Amino acid sequence: MERNFEEVFQDKIDKEIKIEPKDWMPEKYRQTLIRQISQHAHSEIVGMLPEGNWITRAPNLRRKAILLAKVQDEAGHGLYLYSAAETLGISRDEMYNQLHSGKAKYSSIFNYPTLTWADMGAIGWLVDGAAIMNQVPLCRSSFGPYARAMVRVCKEESFHQRQGFEILLTLSNGTEAQHRMAQDALNRWWWPSVMMFGPKDDESPNTIQSMRWKIKRFTNDELRQKFIDICTEQVKILGLTIPDKDLKWNEVTGHYDFGTIDWDEFWQVVQGNGPCNKERLETRKKAWEEGAWVREAATAYAEKRKNRAATKAA
Amino acid sequence: MDQYEINKTASAEWPLWEIFIRSKQGLDHKHVGSLHAADEQMAIENARDVYTRRMEGVSIWVVESKFIHASNPGDAAALYDPANDKAYRHPTFYNLPDELKHM
Repeated sequence: MERNFEEVFQDKIDKEIKIEPKDWMPEKYRQTLIRQISQHAHSEIVGMLPEGNWITRAPNLRRKAILLAKVQDEAGHGLYLYSAAETLGISRDEMYNQLHSGKAKYSSIFNYPTLTWADMGAIGWLVDGAAIMNQVPLCRSSFGPYARAMVRVCKEESFHQRQGFEILLTLSNGTEAQHRMAQDALNRWWWPSVMMFGPKDDESPNTIQSMRWKIKRFTNDELRQKFIDICTEQVKILGLTIPDKDLKWNEVTGHYDFGTIDWDEFWQVVQGNGPCNKERLETRKKAWEEGAWVREAATAYAEKRKNRAATKAA
Repeated sequence: MDQYEINKTASAEWPLWEIFIRSKQGLDHKHVGSLHAADEQMAIENARDVYTRRMEGVSIWVVESKFIHASNPGDAAALYDPANDKAYRHPTFYNLPDELKHM
């Protein structure tokens, strides 16, 4: 019987029929999606912190309004994704618990510090650029609520990348010190951004099943290569240099060859030893704990209003 | 966190609301997603921030999720297949002379 359900399920996937929350699905599909979507939601929420760091210090009002809007979008993206994950039967509080206890991960990129204003440019161009590359294929993901959330996210994300590129372009064409600041930001953010696509295909055990279930549409390495090819062209407009001396056009493959990724660093940061892991998690936990009275007060107020309405009606 | 704590936080979770947005006057409200809020007023305010940051809507409906009742996907064949063999419900089913106008 079980096998029969599974065949029907795979058949739907193969025919590009979306899976909706109440449809039968293999337990592993459900768990994979909960892990991936909640991890994605956590990344949006934690991702507000490195940029939030610069809102009060944006160089002018225009930049400040833009950064505020971007960070607000990230909160919104987190909320779209949490609600998509909840359709799979996990509660919001359980997801928060998993984040706060360290059981759930979020994108390692947010464990790097934002040292200068140019980092806002590098994050927009590279980090959001890499995110978009990952997210566009997810708009066709087989799980309906996830795909629909991603359509909304992608539509909003495009300005995030453009504003980042604009920041870097302005700095690069500015004074010599500003140009150096832009190059320094690129130097620090390049490799962590390249790592955002995750481990190499042969070290990513979930990829094959996720591709078969059409949760993922491209492998980590395919997306990483595409990202590098595009950025290597875009950086010419910025007048900056990508910090990879092995970056070279390859006539045969039709792609850019690139240098060795420091996977040691990647796994160190994943395992909690990045420069800001502790700080990020503590900030989230503090926000959650110190917000408890607000949540309780709102519940109490809603209760009071309900009772008052009931008394009036009686 | 012990079991008691987990239960306490779980019960303290704000209710879930389904959000429907009318994108412009003249169109119907369409489901866009869900969110948590303590009451209906907060649900509308949160929906405004979460789902209409780019002029996506001119009107918001919020319905507490527990009040939504849905058909069972397993019943799909019984519910919808019978419509398949009633082609006579469609205007193209009828063969009428070409010279017939305004019909």
